[in-house]
Amino acid sequence: MKTNYLCRVEELKRLTDTIWLLELDASNIREDIKPGQFFHVKCGEGYLRRPFSVCDFKDGMLRIAFEEKGRGTKALARVKQGEYVDVLGPLGNGFDIGYDRICVVGGGIGVFPLLYLLNKSEGSRKDAVLGFLCKDKVVLENEFENSCDNLVIACDDGSYGVRGFVTTALEKHLEKHDFDIVYTCGPSIMMKKVYEICKKHNIPCQVSLEERMGCGIGACLVCVCEVKKENVLQNKRVCKDGPVMWANEVYYD
Amino acid sequence: MINVGGLELKNPVIAASGTFGFGREFSEYYDLGRLGGISVKGLTLEPRMGNKTPRICETPSGILNSVGLQNPGVHEFVRTEIPFLRQFDTKIIANIAGNSFSDYEQMAEILNDADVDAIELNVSCPNVKDGVVFGQDPQLLEKLTRSVKDRFEKPLFVKLTPNVTSIVDTAKAAEAGGADGVSLINTLLGMAIDIYRRRPVLANNTGGLSGPCVKPVAVRMVHEVYRNVNIPVIGMGGIETGEDAVEFIIAGASCVMVGTANFADPLACIKVIDGIEEYMEKMKIKDVRELVGSLEFN
Ligand SMILES: Cc1cc2nc3c(=O)[nH]c(=O)nc-3n(C[C@H](O)[C@H](O)[C@H](O)COP(=O)(O)OP(=O)(O)OC[C@H]3O[C@@H](n4cnc5c(N)ncnc54)[C@H](O)[C@@H]3O)c2cc1C
Ligand SMILES: Cc1cc2nc3c(=O)[nH]c(=O)nc-3n(C[C@H](O)[C@H](O)[C@H](O)COP(=O)(O)O)c2cc1C
Ligand code: FES
Repeated sequence: MKTNYLCRVEELKRLTDTIWLLELDASNIREDIKPGQFFHVKCGEGYLRRPFSVCDFKDGMLRIAFEEKGRGTKALARVKQGEYVDVLGPLGNGFDIGYDRICVVGGGIGVFPLLYLLNKSEGSRKDAVLGFLCKDKVVLENEFENSCDNLVIACDDGSYGVRGFVTTALEKHLEKHDFDIVYTCGPSIMMKKVYEICKKHNIPCQVSLEERMGCGIGACLVCVCEVKKENVLQNKRVCKDGPVMWANEVYYD
Repeated sequence: MINVGGLELKNPVIAASGTFGFGREFSEYYDLGRLGGISVKGLTLEPRMGNKTPRICETPSGILNSVGLQNPGVHEFVRTEIPFLRQFDTKIIANIAGNSFSDYEQMAEILNDADVDAIELNVSCPNVKDGVVFGQDPQLLEKLTRSVKDRFEKPLFVKLTPNVTSIVDTAKAAEAGGADGVSLINTLLGMAIDIYRRRPVLANNTGGLSGPCVKPVAVRMVHEVYRNVNIPVIGMGGIETGEDAVEFIIAGASCVMVGTANFADPLACIKVIDGIEEYMEKMKIKDVRELVGSLEFN
């Protein structure tokens, strides 16, 4: 039977002014954790749990990177080493990792699940194209560097890496290299653009979606997104059927 | 065993409609046979896609939701969900919603021939013919209750909306229409505003409030209804623990439903069941029935 887990806080590191990396002792979690899956986390006095993607999981250590935004993430940014965090998961459907030449495309806090994906993929070529607003917002650069063959960082304002949007960097990258799949996570306008670029290059694309959640396990139907499958419009639950979906089903024409 | 309007329950805890789907997801967390019953996601005659997202918003000690009755329709429920639920030793309560007398009547007939243990009539929807919400008009509600009761042989519960001037009036109307019990409260109509966009947070603009913030309102309403009708009352609204459930039972509820609490803790219903047991042991009470309506006013 599934259950929630209490995980000990090993460390809480500040990555930027608003982004934190939480390391939890998750050796009590016996389930297989797939890239793209998430945990539904109790944050302080917030009534609902908050969903966070698995940023990395290795040797029983679960890493979650998160941005301080509202009440829940502010509380989570105050946890102390040795305290316990109540997590429910792993939840949802992760990325399809059985591809050989892979490229991950992330924007802002959307980069987090892509790190674990790169670490778990056994592909022969693994590239990452990541976009941030500016130099101060760049996170986990070393980790990505170590986990992929080729890392491109784009900053909208040109303060670091290549200048411009991540989608422009991706277009350039795809002109030079072939991939069997593109995985993307970030703001929805960015992911849609990534999908359009992939379509032009005939590369299948998977996206990781965000939606407000209640139960997180598929029962309450508050987190749905509309997808088109075999020409039929239907509601899929981001928490249970996603958060990873095929881009062509989400951004149908 | 407790008997609530002809429905025999092994314990007084039922999963509340709309928060528990058809039980599938929760069956991965515990044996559904531990529950007194399950009130399934609100069913309509035809499948429904529901409202646009965002459908949920956190509020102080609760949530607003506007799912808009997304469901696969009553036929699909009968075909695939009843056989699934029947694997577990628990009661199946079909929660049904409609926009006309005919919707409700057809569903009652379909469910009369199906393997469910009871119907819970969700009357928080407008009657499209005149735009009046069924559950807000006592005369309409009495008529609706009677016409469903005429078509369904097993226990019928009417789920009362708190969005009325007098819940006693609608409870009495349900009783007069032949209901075997009333369940309350459904969600309280509310709204939350994103002040930076000056727009409602929910895509549907308004939604239903539930969770611990509604509990005192729900307890008061359960007690008022208990004093004024002779049919059993099923209490709900913000129950998270055994103590919360006992509060409703003392107020007059014969059994309780647990809704939003399932979101924060998938094991919430089990904790409520265990919590009631603990209270009874501590207070040396042998039978929950001794507690029902045992409130004494100051
Ligand atoms: C599948 C999934 C994976 C995610 N992974 C990460 C991650 O790895 N790192 C990270 O920093 N963020 C991630 N997010 C976004 C994160 O869940 C929100 O930033 C967080 O819930 C905000 O909570 P809050 O209390 O600080 O904000 P508030 O605005 O106070 O939250 C109010 C309510 O809205 C919900 N909410 C607010 N923003 C979002 C959002 N963008 N998506 C979903 N619900 C939201 C909250 O959960 C809460 O219920 C993920 C979201 C989803 C759906
Ligand atoms: C997401 C959600 C969906 C709901 N859907 C239904 C429904 O389909 N039919 C119904 O009668 N009540 C529905 N309800 C109301 C609950 O069954 C319950 O009456 C209410 O939430 C109060 O109890 P609680 O505070 O324990 O959740 C829903 C509630 C929520 C939160
Ligand atoms: S959050 Fe409840 S179904 Fe997805």
